[in-house]
Amino acid sequence: MAVAIKTKRTFAKAGVITGLIIGGLFAGLPVLWMLSTSFKSNGEVFQNPPKLITSTFSLDAYTAILGNGTQLRYFLNSYIVAIAVTLLTLLVALLAGYAFSRFNFPFQKTINAVIVSVQAVPPITLVIPYFGLVVALGLYNTYPGLILTHMVFTLPYAIIMITAYLNTLPKELDESVKVDGGTGWTALWRILVPISVPGLIAVGVYTFMISWNEYLFALTLTRTDDMRTVPIGIQMLMGQHSYEWNQMMAMSILGSIPVLVLFLLFQKRFIGGLTAGAVKA
Amino acid sequence: MTLLAPPAAPPAEQAAPARKTLARRLVPYGYLSPTIVLIVVLMVVPIVMVISYSFRDNVIVQENSVFAGFANYTKVLTDPDFLVAMKNTAVFITVSMVAHLVLGLTFAMMLNTQLLSGVTKAIFRIVYILPWLFTIAVIAVIWRLLLDPSGVINYVLHSIGLINDGVNWLGDPGKALWAVTFINIWSGYPFFMISLLAGLQGIPNDLYEAAAVDGTNWFQRFRHVTLPQLRPVIISMAVLDLIWTSQQFALIWMTTGGGPLNTTEMLSTYTYKQAFSEYEFSTASAAAVIVLLLTMVLAFFYVRQQRER
Repeated sequence: MAVAIKTKRTFAKAGVITGLIIGGLFAGLPVLWMLSTSFKSNGEVFQNPPKLITSTFSLDAYTAILGNGTQLRYFLNSYIVAIAVTLLTLLVALLAGYAFSRFNFPFQKTINAVIVSVQAVPPITLVIPYFGLVVALGLYNTYPGLILTHMVFTLPYAIIMITAYLNTLPKELDESVKVDGGTGWTALWRILVPISVPGLIAVGVYTFMISWNEYLFALTLTRTDDMRTVPIGIQMLMGQHSYEWNQMMAMSILGSIPVLVLFLLFQKRFIGGLTAGAVKA
Repeated sequence: MTLLAPPAAPPAEQAAPARKTLARRLVPYGYLSPTIVLIVVLMVVPIVMVISYSFRDNVIVQENSVFAGFANYTKVLTDPDFLVAMKNTAVFITVSMVAHLVLGLTFAMMLNTQLLSGVTKAIFRIVYILPWLFTIAVIAVIWRLLLDPSGVINYVLHSIGLINDGVNWLGDPGKALWAVTFINIWSGYPFFMISLLAGLQGIPNDLYEAAAVDGTNWFQRFRHVTLPQLRPVIISMAVLDLIWTSQQFALIWMTTGGGPLNTTEMLSTYTYKQAFSEYEFSTASAAAVIVLLLTMVLAFFYVRQQRER
């Protein structure tokens, strides 16, 4: 009997491991292929039979990307936009989260419902009036135009998450500041912000990712190479040198590194934050 | 918070408490003011604008636009390309959603197994989340490389005898829609998986123990314990997934551009082309409003589902 159960367990374990490996290949092989191609010479990319590990390993594709001023500019632009979006989103969302968490006021539910519903509005619906607005405001092909419009994606999520986080902190914390003569403002910055750092990091990482990956607005609201971001840069590379696959893969990897690093560093907090509420991907 | 200070004139003695309460009542709006300004500028105004564009002609490109009534809507709704885009979007989002659910649930259950150590599961979890960590632009170029007529996927299929010649997956009108749907399935299942994994971990173990005592087999436990427990997560993820996939633009734009012959045209690419390739901003706005209305129908179901939870 005991042997039978043990055999059954071994079979089940073998089955699960086989399943996990098959799924892992499905998930991981395309990524591995991208990595492998980035180390190949371009003539080797479509060689027959294909090789996962190249015999002529080279970093030429990376040096070509990193030695190109236009490509570097795409990276600089992406960092500027994503960091600015992250800081602004955190600031604005923190103030809003504080209001939602610590006050009761008329229209609270309505405002909250509007913020939640913003997440469902299709970007393609917004991009047409944004184009009109951004041109009219003189923000076409500028950083502020991109930063501002990216916030429509990042702000609702950040407000919802920060409100939820602040709700977990006892109100007695801010009351103690007020007893000492401080205002809500000082309570927010002196007490709540310092102990909310873990929550703010999770929200910040997610905000950075959304902005770093954004494509439609960057495509529509910028025009010149000195304003384009990495996702558009990858597309431009595809258009210009449709045969430089190794460079396209190298650029893709370089463009994915910030998000991969942030994810690996904050994985646990991040997944926890994601599943805490249904959040926009 | 100087914004919220009472008016400059010094208040009379008796009125002071009342004013103070008013000022105090305004405090939360002070904290919310940056948000409110941004929501108005980024949401309210643009939606009003796009609706008004959709009822006018020659918007954006010309100074003087004229009222056009429902002409733009008639034009869009009778455009065969738009109807094809509707059909393609429906296929794309439904097939993606079902596949995301099946893959996400399968992977989540494998990752939730009691049979393997925590470290093994953690490593697999990272591998399984990988597709979700790459931006759509990167996913598009990876799959263009893999699905190239002389690419590695064709090589493998050819070697095992499934195909004779290199198939142009993204360029063949009969296959392109399935190819982009497949890419979207690959890139989108991890989000389902993460949520379902959290859902699985939240199912109390005694439910399974009680079921095991009753002599049930694995499938019966899955059918009568796991699925009912996950039902709320599954339904809300399914609706959210339909909404997000319907908004997918970058993937289509960077792999097929809506072609060949409109076979992968989606509502998003149709609208984009009307606006930024044809400069028909009026018809594009009408299409954009229709997309908004369709999304609102889905969002309505989502909100109703959330209320029931």
